[in-house]
Amino acid sequence: MIKLFRFVKPFWLPILAVLVLVFFQSLSELYLPTLMADIVDIGVVNGDTPYIWKVGSVMLLVALGGMLCSIAASYFSSRAATGFGKLLRAKVFNHVENFSLEEFDKVGTASLITRTTNDITQIQQVLIMMLRMMVMAPMLCIGGIIMAVSKDATLSLIFVVILPVLALAVFLIARKGIPLFKAIQKKIDKLNLVMRENLTGIRVIRSFNRVQHEKMRFDEANYDLTDTSIKVNKIMAFMMPIMMLVMNLSSVAIIWFGGLRIQAESMQVGDLMAFLQYAMQIMFSLLMVSMMFVMIPRASASAVRINEVLDMAPVINDAETTAPATGQKGHVEFQNVSFSYPGAEKPAIQDISFAARPGEVTAIIGGTGSGKSTLINLIPRFYDVNEGRVLVNGIDVREMSQQKLRAKIGFVPQQAVLFTGTISDNIRYGKEDASDEEVRHAAEIAQAADFISKMEQGYDSPIAQGGTNVSGGQKQRLSIARALVRQAEIYIFDDSFSALDFKTDSRLRAALKQETQESTVIIVAQRVSTVLDADQIIVMDESRIAGIGKHQELMETCDVYREIVLSQLSEEEIA
Amino acid sequence: MSQSHNQSARKPGGFGGKGGRGHGGPGGHGGPGMGMPVEKAKDFKGTLKRLMTYMRPFRLQLGSVVLMAVLSTVFAILSPRVMGDATNVLFEGIMGKIQGVPGAAIDFDAIGRIILYLLGLYLLSSLFSYFQQYLMADVSQKTVYNLRKQVNDKLSRLPLKYYDARTHGEILSRVTNDMDNISSTLQQSMTQLISSVLTIIGVIVMMLSISPLMTLIAILTIPLSIAAITSIAKRSQQQFVRQQKELGLLNGHVEEMYTGHKVVKAFGREQQSLQQFSEINERLYEAGWKAQFISGVIMPIMSFIGNIGYVLVAVVGGILVLKERIKIGDVQAFIQYTRQLSQPIAQTANIANIIQSTVASSERVFEVMDEAEEIPDPANPVTIKDPQGEVSFNHVRFGYQDQAVLIEDMNIHASKGQTIAIVGPTGAGKTTLINLLMRFYEVNGGSITIDGVNITDMSRGDLRSLFGMVLQDTWLFNGTIRDNIAYGREGATEEEIIEAAKTAHADHFIRTLPDGYDTILNEEASNISQGQKQLLTIARAVLADPAILILDEATSSVDTRTEIYIQKAMNELMKGRTSFVIAHRLSTIKDADMILVMNQGSVIEQGTHDELLAQGGFYADLYNSQFSKGGFDLEVG
Repeated sequence: MIKLFRFVKPFWLPILAVLVLVFFQSLSELYLPTLMADIVDIGVVNGDTPYIWKVGSVMLLVALGGMLCSIAASYFSSRAATGFGKLLRAKVFNHVENFSLEEFDKVGTASLITRTTNDITQIQQVLIMMLRMMVMAPMLCIGGIIMAVSKDATLSLIFVVILPVLALAVFLIARKGIPLFKAIQKKIDKLNLVMRENLTGIRVIRSFNRVQHEKMRFDEANYDLTDTSIKVNKIMAFMMPIMMLVMNLSSVAIIWFGGLRIQAESMQVGDLMAFLQYAMQIMFSLLMVSMMFVMIPRASASAVRINEVLDMAPVINDAETTAPATGQKGHVEFQNVSFSYPGAEKPAIQDISFAARPGEVTAIIGGTGSGKSTLINLIPRFYDVNEGRVLVNGIDVREMSQQKLRAKIGFVPQQAVLFTGTISDNIRYGKEDASDEEVRHAAEIAQAADFISKMEQGYDSPIAQGGTNVSGGQKQRLSIARALVRQAEIYIFDDSFSALDFKTDSRLRAALKQETQESTVIIVAQRVSTVLDADQIIVMDESRIAGIGKHQELMETCDVYREIVLSQLSEEEIA
Repeated sequence: MSQSHNQSARKPGGFGGKGGRGHGGPGGHGGPGMGMPVEKAKDFKGTLKRLMTYMRPFRLQLGSVVLMAVLSTVFAILSPRVMGDATNVLFEGIMGKIQGVPGAAIDFDAIGRIILYLLGLYLLSSLFSYFQQYLMADVSQKTVYNLRKQVNDKLSRLPLKYYDARTHGEILSRVTNDMDNISSTLQQSMTQLISSVLTIIGVIVMMLSISPLMTLIAILTIPLSIAAITSIAKRSQQQFVRQQKELGLLNGHVEEMYTGHKVVKAFGREQQSLQQFSEINERLYEAGWKAQFISGVIMPIMSFIGNIGYVLVAVVGGILVLKERIKIGDVQAFIQYTRQLSQPIAQTANIANIIQSTVASSERVFEVMDEAEEIPDPANPVTIKDPQGEVSFNHVRFGYQDQAVLIEDMNIHASKGQTIAIVGPTGAGKTTLINLLMRFYEVNGGSITIDGVNITDMSRGDLRSLFGMVLQDTWLFNGTIRDNIAYGREGATEEEIIEAAKTAHADHFIRTLPDGYDTILNEEASNISQGQKQLLTIARAVLADPAILILDEATSSVDTRTEIYIQKAMNELMKGRTSFVIAHRLSTIKDADMILVMNQGSVIEQGTHDELLAQGGFYADLYNSQFSKGGFDLEVG
């Protein structure tokens, strides 16, 4: 958690202000008992009523000043803490936006979201509490000691005994309590996990008759959590009374020893009364520190998670010097490319070489895990190759800026992702300055114009978060339109027709053919019918190329291809 | 994602006060901080009563907790008065000395007695407060344990209808966030409320016994502080609402950008995304600091009002002492009492909010408890000894909503070992059939029989064990691969598991993983590919060895070459079993004993391939339009 506080630095000025203001506020809190002592020792003892009124009004002024300081401190601490939250949030978001897919795979999208949102909110909360409470504690403590010593140095020796006792009590309880608080956090997470799995897998659980089993799993987690919670709360039940007892015993001691000092005429009664109040303030400041027990484990778990993200350096960065553009347009070439996912034992693709040229359709077909999607993810440089080179227009993609490289590509991912906004916003995502005409044209080719025009607001119809208000097929078509509006040199379709019904699919492919006459088209496909007319078909098998060629050639030369075709079609249809 | 932003930590109670202040339950959060908007329950009284019934089994402990709280508070309230007596003795002694009364000295015997008395009071107060917290830990945590368990049991009895109508997040937040909220309230706020109210009453009584005039002054500050709090709270609530709104927007944006990361990258839209983020972030900051600031003002103002009381008491007290109406020690005790008074008042106001939000949470939890359950299994369920897998739909009528009937008078008969292909465009409602077969939903009319037994006469457990399912939405849980496969059958041996994995062609890839069968699938099972997940669920079905199969020829995950092997394994598995196949492959469809053509949720045609072609209906249209384009890939799904 301490590591994160480097981001507090820009706020040193308001925090300094908080410190100073809280200092004055503490002073005012501490000065009040002193004034009260004067009322007793001077006013009451001498029977001086005007003096009592005078000191009383001074006290009011001091209290007022204390309040103003405290309000101002609240102002600065709110600004500093929320400012810190804002900064940290922006830092994390910025950082994550630079991540390549590799880092996303590693952490998991859902986890990254939690880290950017809830975890930071959590930390911000703690900082606010710290600025409000924790800062005050040491000042009250030190100020209290100074005042106490100035009132009666000898009697202050009592603190030499009390403070270590109190500190030891806090320390002992904290040592037992904090690990338990941490354990509780873990157990809550576990319980939530079981619960979540129960919800997502409800059909499977019921169809496999595992309801009892899941109940037991839940009960185990529930019991575990309850058990630890009881333990923690019992330990904490110990803390408060102990602290109160120590404090109360100290005040008793102060009265006894104070009495002796008064008897010896080294102290006055009012001073003793003030002294008692100082003692209370000192000890309450220690209590405040112990309040942080509950918050810190929670926040430090969040802090660890955030730091993990910040410490993760994106693997893919732009080269310092980029190669000058060549005159080529739309050429894609793989030269002996191999790539393994980090931590994987076997490479996802090995020794891949091929070239895709403008005006041609290159189709990639192959089984699950054969490396099709991996292969095309290398073209927009979502991952970096381990061996070999990926060339676009004759330049290694690692020598181009990512921005420029990706600007050449119209990419349609396997899972169609849409964003909040209107339909035309979503299509314009591909080309910000696209005219209405261009948007409409792209939608028509993607076979989306029909359903868009049926919507009440047409192209201005809103898309909900995650595109939940359109069907899977409609999403896919909009995602295709988004790529088409770019007028890209290279189009990549990663199994992008799966949610389309066959009529739409064939119409779309026919329209696409017209549109992409001058572009390089790379299609990953599951279905033989999709690849049949391609200019070249690349057959992937267990991370290698098993064959390249046209349908007829491959039928004759490539066993893997023949197997795929046979699995999908009956004899008569192949003929 | 936006369910848990009310996690503002509970405000530490401030200074002073000897009432037992508890510590956070497991959550340590839940109650809204000062000035935060509070959610209100629809039926406050009823829900509160009902929540209380959960504490019934602990009424003995609760009774003692209340008793302990009373005792500890009473002793705590008495002590300042006693301490004031000690001061009186000191003061009298010293005044005597000053006034030159002969033989005047401080009566240390009296002080010693008072101190012993005080020690006793403090010890007892601490002891009772300890036992009170100790007992409460058991009561509150066990209550929440029971509540959680009951909700979970209830969830397992709820029909699928309930789950399909709600998001996971919605259900989850009731079991977790709301439960957390209840837990921490029970742990700390209950006893706090008791001791706060007692303290207020006790302190006022003690103050009155010292000086009615000073009490009047001290009490006058109470309405002042209440007025101050409510007027500030109103303002801060507006800001909190704004903050909540911006936070929602920000979280939404983050969620969207992260899930669409690939698209953002592919289209080079990082800059726009960042810009939008920083705009929302800025607005969040504006609303956030204002909310924090305004709510942060409450405490200083409260304590200023408290200080006004303090000063007035000191001054008036001083004057009264002069007039010898009261003693100096009483002033000291009175000051301590005024300090003790302001804190429980603030606490009570805060607790009132916390209790409101807790009751609202309980209400949401109880809503789950009150949902209509599945029709219970028959008392004497029929069991099928040697299942053949003969399935009949007899005049089945069904609709998800009463007014929208999807299936009217459906009759299907599948004999043992037959294959029934289900065909239709996306979203045709093929899951409806599964929902009915597995009795996830009840039919509205007619009946479904297996081997002549009405499925409603069987226990759901027995019924479902007849089926094996391989669906597109794979479900794996956090655990080893071995456990995930073994899920298909309790007590499966290692050999059987590996055998099943081999049949499903999963053995190979499993062995390439670093830990083989012991590889732990992470929370989102993102450490294996979609296709591999599919293979694991197939292995699971293979291991379960059912009489009837339901499979989805899931083209988008497992495909082509791998699929050949799976197809072979499936064909093997389908032998002698009745199979319902959500078909994507022409060969499957053509070879099927019966094809059910579905569109928009209902079965519109049924028959064999040739029969349906001859009919010239929807299926024929589907099939022919594909041929006329020169293709042959009947891509239905």
